[in-house]
Amino acid sequence: MPVSLVIEQALNGLQFGVMIFLMAAGLTLIFGVMGLINLAHGSFFMTGAFACAATAAATGSFLLGLAASLAAAAAAGALVEVAVIRRLYARDHLDQVLATFALILIFSEGTRWLFGSFPLYLDVPQALARGVMLPGGIQYPLYRLVVIVVGLCVASGLWLLIHRTRLGMRIRAGESDREMIAALGVNIAGLYTAVFAIGAALAGLAGALVGALQSVQVGMGEPVLILAFVVIVIGGIGSIRGALIGSILVGLTDTLGRFLLPSAFGLFLDPSAATAFGSALASMLIYILMAVVLIFRPNGLFGVA
Amino acid sequence: MPTTKTLLAALLSCTLAVPALAGPLKVGMITTLSGGGAGLGTDVRDGFLLALKQAPDIDIEVVIEDDQQKPDIAVQLADKMIQSDKVDVLTGIIWSNLAMAVIPAATAQGKFYLSPNAGPSALAGKGCHPLYFNVAWQNDNLHEAAGAYANDAGYTNSFLLAPNYPAGQDALTGYKRMYQGDIAEEVFTQLGQTDYAAEIAQIRASGADSVYFFLPGGMGISFLKQYAGSGVDIPVIGPAFSFDQGILQAVGEAALGVKNTSQWSKDLDNPANQAFVESFQAEYGRLPSLYASQGFDTANLLISAAKTADVTDPDAFQAALEAADFDSVRGNFRFASNHHPIQDIYVREVIREGDIYTNRIVATALTDHSDAYVAECEM
Amino acid sequence: MNRETLANTVILAALAGIPVLAHLGGEPFVITLATRIAILGLAGVGLNLALGHGGLVSFGHAAFFGVGGYAMGVLASHAQAWTPLATWPVEIPGTNLMPVIWLTAILAAGLLSLVIAALSLRTRGVYFIMITLAFAQMAYYFAISWPAYGGEDGLSIYVRNRFPGLNTLDPIQFFAVCFTLLCLTLALMSRITGSRFGLLLQATRQNPARVEALGVQTYRIRLFAFVLSAMVTGLAGALYADLNRFVSPSMMSWQMSGELIVIVILGGVGRALGPVAGAGLYVLLENQLGGISDHWQIFLGAVLLWVVLFARGGVLGMLCDRRSADG
Repeated sequence: MPVSLVIEQALNGLQFGVMIFLMAAGLTLIFGVMGLINLAHGSFFMTGAFACAATAAATGSFLLGLAASLAAAAAAGALVEVAVIRRLYARDHLDQVLATFALILIFSEGTRWLFGSFPLYLDVPQALARGVMLPGGIQYPLYRLVVIVVGLCVASGLWLLIHRTRLGMRIRAGESDREMIAALGVNIAGLYTAVFAIGAALAGLAGALVGALQSVQVGMGEPVLILAFVVIVIGGIGSIRGALIGSILVGLTDTLGRFLLPSAFGLFLDPSAATAFGSALASMLIYILMAVVLIFRPNGLFGVA
Repeated sequence: MPTTKTLLAALLSCTLAVPALAGPLKVGMITTLSGGGAGLGTDVRDGFLLALKQAPDIDIEVVIEDDQQKPDIAVQLADKMIQSDKVDVLTGIIWSNLAMAVIPAATAQGKFYLSPNAGPSALAGKGCHPLYFNVAWQNDNLHEAAGAYANDAGYTNSFLLAPNYPAGQDALTGYKRMYQGDIAEEVFTQLGQTDYAAEIAQIRASGADSVYFFLPGGMGISFLKQYAGSGVDIPVIGPAFSFDQGILQAVGEAALGVKNTSQWSKDLDNPANQAFVESFQAEYGRLPSLYASQGFDTANLLISAAKTADVTDPDAFQAALEAADFDSVRGNFRFASNHHPIQDIYVREVIREGDIYTNRIVATALTDHSDAYVAECEM
Repeated sequence: MNRETLANTVILAALAGIPVLAHLGGEPFVITLATRIAILGLAGVGLNLALGHGGLVSFGHAAFFGVGGYAMGVLASHAQAWTPLATWPVEIPGTNLMPVIWLTAILAAGLLSLVIAALSLRTRGVYFIMITLAFAQMAYYFAISWPAYGGEDGLSIYVRNRFPGLNTLDPIQFFAVCFTLLCLTLALMSRITGSRFGLLLQATRQNPARVEALGVQTYRIRLFAFVLSAMVTGLAGALYADLNRFVSPSMMSWQMSGELIVIVILGGVGRALGPVAGAGLYVLLENQLGGISDHWQIFLGAVLLWVVLFARGGVLGMLCDRRSADG
């Protein structure tokens, strides 16, 4: 097995992880500040992808599409927060799960109503649709490289936002003591809407970036949502740092597992059985990872009890 | 043109079945109209209804229900249609796993089933049934054709890719049944996977001279787009499912030039097909897909049988279906003894017409092709 | 509580009576719907023990539902093909006898849930929700990729399994079987919730520290409740597979776990007959809305949202009193 292949796969894992991070960051922020489980977060991912595809088709510009995805997802997030989510903060997790499950149904079917059942067309921008040669003779798709860079930039931007701005200060205060910041005269309702909209916008951005690689279709958000949940549970709910490390861990485990396990089984099984077993185990691997982490650290890697 | 003999038979069956002739022929269509696979079900339905509209003198009533691509819902709908709507014929199912859940139970209750899409091998061989007809293909057919085409094209080292589930495993078996070269590597992905970076890296490193993949629905779109952006230039072959009219626009330029195998194409040169493509466009404002053509053929087969026999006489109706006396949009079409098609399978190439991506036929992969299970069927 | 008793009586009487009327009126599909309600209600009754009484929000009960289904599928497919299930250490044949299948389903779900609960109960709150989801996803992917029993295609059983002395292919007789099991389980549940264990479980949900102070290990109480809950759901899974004569991995999908939660909440969390009322409403909505519009899921979503936001305590909560069921 050539070293360059392993490095390429590790890059793939990193790119996958960075995408999950954009989803997980919003989820974990929303949970940390408002204590809300949001199953409908995958719907913002889908909203972003559809907004980007529709705008790019109308204007021919992928960049305008990205802007539209951020705006549409943030708007959808703010709208949903004001209309529904706001009433759920005081409820238990069970009510939150059910209400946001209902929102998934409404979002998915509503999108299908608007755009129809066929997948939409969204392509990687022409300038990025090629491979580049990395040091060490590794050929790698340029677009995926750009996605990694964008994701890492967003992660640092988020860190700056939370640790260096007034909004970030309020978010941190909200995480540690909700009543207190309300008593200090901070507009708590506005803060919550802002946090929710930021989380939704990040999910929308992820949807648009991934949408160019995949197909833009109804239901595309839910598989990513489940992965994002796995990530934030591994990282510790409420921790942005945990979400980043968890995302990369999950991305690498999944990609390398899918690639290495069948060959590993091939050492002592015949090829077709090895592929079948290896693929089966690989698809369960991240859930096994999550279970193992929780058994040893019931509050995740960076969670507080 | 019905012969005098079949006319006589029809007359005879009519006179015998007079009391039951009160109602129209009732068809229950269970298909996927919501969720990610809705495009396929919509096309089958629209093709089917178009054919019925073009034959206004035949009294056929259709009940349509959405199975949401869930097997348990499909089973319950079949129960409802049989028990409550009292249908005579069932049709419409897109997916093999739903077909396996519904068809054996429906035929065991004495209902005809005409499959417009799924053709699982279990129902073509030992599990075949006199009341079950497949109007599309046996699941392996298009993959076999791809294997045959790979030989013709001179490929000797193929990389194979499919999801890890029964239809995926069958697909690769079908390809290997005809293909005579070496296998560079065989990779099974997770069902519903959307990121193929890892597999594409393996393809790049494998040294193969061709890639055969079976990734239905959104999986195929993702794979092709990522493949095109990866800089790998090993030629790709696939079955028609990933290059069909409904999804080609979503795949976009990434699909241009790819060879795929299909029993139908919109440029097939026969009058029935030209009329179909034209009327479908006029009716629905879009180009028909493979699935639409299969729905259209299914309805025309049913109409041809309803013209000559009454469904209350199952033996006569079965014989009328077996005759397949209709103008298929595929040109040659007849049933093998296991009630699966004997037909030609073509190689298509993805092209651009104006700003629409579509297919044209470049070769014939298999002529008068049946399936590998016909000998196992005893009926 | 009088109104709730009255409501419970009406629900059970309606569930028993409507199929009988349908049988007399020659409407077998109504009986099929009622059977579906009874079975999903049974699954909900199981989940309700963990979720309502124990406060253990499991987002992975589909795993037990599916294991019950596969217990039926595996045993019946071997009986159907006349091949033994295992040849070592002793030859074990398949079977199409319902009581044996039920017992297997209950045991299999119980064993699986013992492992899952022993590990999951170390966590709390959201982490518990998510770890149960993770285990169910593992089971789901295992079922999809394991080729021996159909993988994604699932397993078709051509004839419904046997129950001595009955013709289970007759819809009304199969309904009677399911309804009887539902009633027996309800009776058992009412005994359990009224017992010392039931009271400790309620107390553990409300104030675990105080229960620990009594010298009772809350971990064991929770573990027992979770396993019992899974066993009931597993039994329902076996019946559901028999109703459809079909089992597939979709019975283990996270959407199925979500549907089970929806059923419990729609009816009223923690109420004895809540899940049955919820299952009834869910099945009716699914059947009625589907006829109105292709986009019926929007309306289903709106109804669910409305129940969560404005009708706390579910249907039974609205009918009976405004007392919050989660105490």
